[in-house]
Amino acid sequence: MATAIETVREVTGSEYKYGFTTPVEEERFPPGLDEDVIRRLSARKQEPAWLTEWRLAAYRRWRQMEMPDWQKVKFPPIDFQAISYFAAPKQKQRPKSLDEIDPEIRRTYDKLGIPIREQEILAGVAVDYVFDSVSVATTFKRKLEELGIIFCSISEAVREHPELVRKYLGSVVPPGDNFFAALNSAVFSDGSFVYVPKGVRCPMELSTYFRINAAGTGQFERTLIIADEGSYVSYLEGCTAPMRDEHQLHAAVVELIALDDAEIKYSTVQNWYPGDREGRGGVYNFVTKRGLCRGKRAKISWTQVETGSAITWKYPSCILQGDDSVGEFYSVAVTNHHQQADTGTKMIHIGKRTRSRIVSKGIAAGRSDNTYRGLVRILRSAEGARNHTQCDSLLIGEHCGAHTVPYIEVENRTARCEHEATTSKISEDQLFYCRQRGISEEDAVALIVNGFCREVMNELPMEFAVEAKKLLGISLEGSVG
Amino acid sequence: MLLEIENLHASVEGKPILKGVSLAIAPGEVHAIMGPNGSGKSTLAFVLAGREGYEVTEGSIRFGDEDLLAMEPEERARAGLFLAMQYPVEIPGVGNLYFLRQALNAIRKARGLEEISAAEFMRKAREEARRLGIGEDLLKRDLNVGFSGGEKKRNEILQMALLEPRLAVLDETDSGLDIDALRTVAEGVNRMRRPDRAFLVITHYQRLLEYIVPDVVHVMVDGRIRRTGGPELARELEERGYEGFLGRLAA
Ligand SMILES: Nc1ncnc2c1ncn2[C@@H]1O[C@H](COP(=O)(O)OP(=O)(O)OP(=O)(O)O)[C@@H](O)[C@H]1O
Ligand SMILES: [Mg+2]
Repeated sequence: MATAIETVREVTGSEYKYGFTTPVEEERFPPGLDEDVIRRLSARKQEPAWLTEWRLAAYRRWRQMEMPDWQKVKFPPIDFQAISYFAAPKQKQRPKSLDEIDPEIRRTYDKLGIPIREQEILAGVAVDYVFDSVSVATTFKRKLEELGIIFCSISEAVREHPELVRKYLGSVVPPGDNFFAALNSAVFSDGSFVYVPKGVRCPMELSTYFRINAAGTGQFERTLIIADEGSYVSYLEGCTAPMRDEHQLHAAVVELIALDDAEIKYSTVQNWYPGDREGRGGVYNFVTKRGLCRGKRAKISWTQVETGSAITWKYPSCILQGDDSVGEFYSVAVTNHHQQADTGTKMIHIGKRTRSRIVSKGIAAGRSDNTYRGLVRILRSAEGARNHTQCDSLLIGEHCGAHTVPYIEVENRTARCEHEATTSKISEDQLFYCRQRGISEEDAVALIVNGFCREVMNELPMEFAVEAKKLLGISLEGSVG
Repeated sequence: MLLEIENLHASVEGKPILKGVSLAIAPGEVHAIMGPNGSGKSTLAFVLAGREGYEVTEGSIRFGDEDLLAMEPEERARAGLFLAMQYPVEIPGVGNLYFLRQALNAIRKARGLEEISAAEFMRKAREEARRLGIGEDLLKRDLNVGFSGGEKKRNEILQMALLEPRLAVLDETDSGLDIDALRTVAEGVNRMRRPDRAFLVITHYQRLLEYIVPDVVHVMVDGRIRRTGGPELARELEERGYEGFLGRLAA
């Protein structure tokens, strides 16, 4: 993927250069949300009646809910009637083969450095391309099918594998879970679906690339990943959006289910448009991500590198239900200029000897605000549970803030929780030392920041690690001097 | 001349530290600077390297045919100025060799050279490390993190050897070294002596200068070079200390 990443780099240059828009003809709903819009959305997607009802029930729940206000991030009220809940490039139907894809869309992904092709560059990665509300392409489907692995858009899964979708959709994040999860359940557009059968080790990385293109739309994708007994899958998620002065809402739900001895590794490199230097525009990234270790010895590992979005507000979590199951959360959150991030995780220990590990690295520059918020909850049943939490913050400059808010609730005396937290600054000494060796100031910042995050970066699959490393440097450009 | 310092005045936080330093070093020469604590030796080294906060209020520095003071720290490094620091800095999470390779490539790039291949780099680094008595594990560890005082100093010399500067300023590279380490480090420097490369060695001890024999010795007192002589000047200082000498100067 090296070449692809180089392209991303060229496209990015210094400022946010994923910021272009694609001139495709789009079909879209007028702004506004009511039951009728949901029925139309569901009909447009040719969904079965049970799903239409499911959406409507979620919508009714949502109507009774209030926008939460406990978070540190601040933003003006969102007008949910001003958003369009469906936007899709016009095409008669989903192209049957990769050759039939609209050349404009193809060019978009080329420019982003992830060409829609099953060729050498992306040889190790199968990609689902989501453009605004719909999935436009999925590569390597055949090859995966041979192993019994299902990897497709969730809309397609609703049609082709209704029994699986019906069984698991909402089983980890119920529609009434929270305000944005309810909204997502009512209006979710598309996203990815993965099922890995018993004992199968998925031989390649599965990946979804989300792109918001249309103006004034929200993106509400829904991802569902099921790893059956003894299986393994590594899944990557990447995202960008054009630069726009108004804010765009991204309210996704991701559900992971790992059965006995199964392992799911979920990695995110989030680079939505962060807004400009004055804080105009940018994506609101309000996402509910949760994994359920349902089986014994199951393992779910979240790794996230969050560099984009005006506001990031998410807590990828693990419910450790099976005995001896393991949850991990590795996070790098970078904020610069006026960005805000309130992110962290929840580890809910239910099963015996369940273990969790949290490593969070927050980096704040400019006038940004960066909060780690994490909950470790050990229930009565979780005999011998263990948690280790490490939260480090790095400040660049004088006007940014970093905060650590850990909540620890232990109901079992045999459990053990450890929490470590540090806050540091990039020192003048370190910068000078690097520059004295010939390294430019910007590269020095990137080097030091990457060093600070190394534990987390090491968790990323190779192809992503390189990209993420460069992204860190780019996000922090202009943060010193 | 490779380096020409003329009437250099510099302040730190508004406090004058260097009060008219003049010094000229020709290619191939080794100069030593000695002087009591707080006399401004490290300050001079930092001013040469362009460290922020060290404000030049008067005077000039030429490096080859360039105006050194007009250059950014990284530009000075790329032009061939190396400073082995008195207190090398720790950078957690950044591998020692990784850092060195980044530095080498930054310098090569600025000179229009290709990046060094990973294999070639490893070969050179390992060879030099072996000569300097730096173990394999130290190469793999994070830059200077948890290194002993002596290990840090050896590592500075390793960097110097690979970056191949035109002028190397060694700020008390000998302090904190045991006798064997002192010899190894001195040998490292001597191996690098070349007709087109010069050294400015800051030290408190005559002993280092027995291994690295200087062409010229300067004595710095209170921000000025008070005396300049040959290697015998270092011996004289060792015997009498700065006290008497200061007294005589003050008179
Ligand atoms: N950042 C600073 N702020 C205030 N004073 C400083 C600063 N840096 C250096 N000084 C002062 O400048 C003077 C010269 O310091 P410098 O480190 O150059 O001395 P030195 O000759 O290298 O001493 P040593 O032999 O102890 O290493 C000292 O009085 C020191 O306190
Ligand atoms: Mg000193």
